[in-house]
Amino acid sequence: MEKVATRAAFGEALVEMGAKYKNIVALDADLSCSTKTAKFGAEFSDRFFNMGIAEANMIGVAAGMSLKGKIPFAATFAIFASGRAWEQIRNSVAYPNLNVKVVGSHGGIMTGEDGVTHQATEDLSIMRSIPNMKVFCPADYWECKRVVEFMCKDFGPTYLRLSRSGVPKIYDESYRFEPGKGHVVRDGNDMTIFAVGAMVNSALEAAERLSTEGVNVRVCNMCSIDPIDKDLILESAQKTPKLFTAEDHQIDGGLGSAVAEVLAEAGAGVPLKRIGMDGFGQSGKGAELYKRYGLDGEGVYEAVSKE
Amino acid sequence: MDISELKKKAAQLRIDALTAIHKANSGHTGGSMSCMDLLVALYYGGFMKIDSKRPHWDERDFFVLSKGHAAPAIYAILADLGFFDKSELDHLRQVGALLQGHPVVKIPGIEATTGSLGQGISVAVGLALACKLDREDRKVFTLLGDGELQEGQVWEAVMSASHYRLDNLIAFVDKNNLQIDGTCKSVMNVEPIADKFESFGWKVIPLVDGHDLEEITRAIEKAQKVQRQPVMILAPTVKGKGVEFAEGKVGYHGVALSQEEMSVAIPVLQEKTK
Repeated sequence: MEKVATRAAFGEALVEMGAKYKNIVALDADLSCSTKTAKFGAEFSDRFFNMGIAEANMIGVAAGMSLKGKIPFAATFAIFASGRAWEQIRNSVAYPNLNVKVVGSHGGIMTGEDGVTHQATEDLSIMRSIPNMKVFCPADYWECKRVVEFMCKDFGPTYLRLSRSGVPKIYDESYRFEPGKGHVVRDGNDMTIFAVGAMVNSALEAAERLSTEGVNVRVCNMCSIDPIDKDLILESAQKTPKLFTAEDHQIDGGLGSAVAEVLAEAGAGVPLKRIGMDGFGQSGKGAELYKRYGLDGEGVYEAVSKE
Repeated sequence: MDISELKKKAAQLRIDALTAIHKANSGHTGGSMSCMDLLVALYYGGFMKIDSKRPHWDERDFFVLSKGHAAPAIYAILADLGFFDKSELDHLRQVGALLQGHPVVKIPGIEATTGSLGQGISVAVGLALACKLDREDRKVFTLLGDGELQEGQVWEAVMSASHYRLDNLIAFVDKNNLQIDGTCKSVMNVEPIADKFESFGWKVIPLVDGHDLEEITRAIEKAQKVQRQPVMILAPTVKGKGVEFAEGKVGYHGVALSQEEMSVAIPVLQEKTK
């Protein structure tokens, strides 16, 4: 199966949207070849601004440009976008509700060999806690393209998490993204796995294997972390007796917490097991790390089989 | 306005800002007083292309208060210019009020949400860059404190402004030499400020007295003519200026004047409005 990284989809989509929306500008912090904003820079050089290795200023400059009607996409690695510039995003962007799109590429341990300093595993948590912020983490090429299209039409601060390595295409061109809506990629009655990003593929692999054992798994793609699809979570809790979340992120604060909050507040009373990181990772190839930390299809299969 | 009118205006606006802070019993007295003359020269000296009836006028110039804690100073000015009703000053920092403790963009005339030091100048750079991109001849002014220069983000912003040759950006540094914990020199020395900005590619216009309205006015005129580089007007000021007993005192950084202090300070300023 053809694998494409969501960052590549983002790079393509940004160029397509750049032709359509003349007020899109892209800013990067010396990682434009990695985040793929370089494609936009090559096409629209006057609308591309390299801000150097200075993420705090990049976010502030993006805020200023949005105040003059631009749609700034400010991109860097997820760890620096969400971490280094968190307070700039909170105070200069989200509080005044500005139309700044923060793009964090290289999310999760899939980032690989660069190691823990470059693996954002807390970004979904700290971004979704900020009022006014929308948080999206697409699962594949087509979803990423649709999310970027939506972000251009939408108004308001948004965090887009991308991944470094290729992931199989789950969707095709006809896919429609709706914020606040999860997508049932595969249905089943025995258990539900809520997954996000590359983990949607791992969940699908686990579900496929479980189906050969007669276990029917519902896999929900929760690309829209904030707003989150409460209805789908509660409907799944009624439909299936076991619930799981799967994310390339700390199990605290991210998708797992978001789902747990919905279940607890509704008094759903259905057990939930969170699959993800519970500590720091290490260097290694992304796929090897997924295996090591139980985030690949096999790891998800084993985690859900235990319950 | 001529210089004598500017002086009277500055005295009146000091009264307005002090009164607002006093009513709130909370706010930054020292830093609001130290930058008042810079702001009066900018807003009443004919430099800002603005229209209080059209706060979002698409040909206006921008001002970003990077040292957001001097909010009462800019609020007093915007109220006086008619951006919002003067009665709003009576509710500064109160629940449900328009005027928040630090500036927010929803307030007519406020161009950026600031208060977290170091962030406003980046927003000003973004505005200036967007004006350049749109080939619009609009100025962006910003005002920083000298203590604020300790924030690393300031130097990221300063670097980017000269990299992109933002000659439409003019920054004031309100050098009152004091910050919350003491003198800037003792807390974390930021000198030599002018040399730092120059080495980062900025044109620096040093003032002798940051309260001399004539000198400030001349400096802004000069700054507007500079090409291909951003300009910093370095203004030595006195924290608490205009309130004699508070002048140069660290203790008046973030406190309101008491009723007793107001009764001493206000009549002195009222004399200066005449």
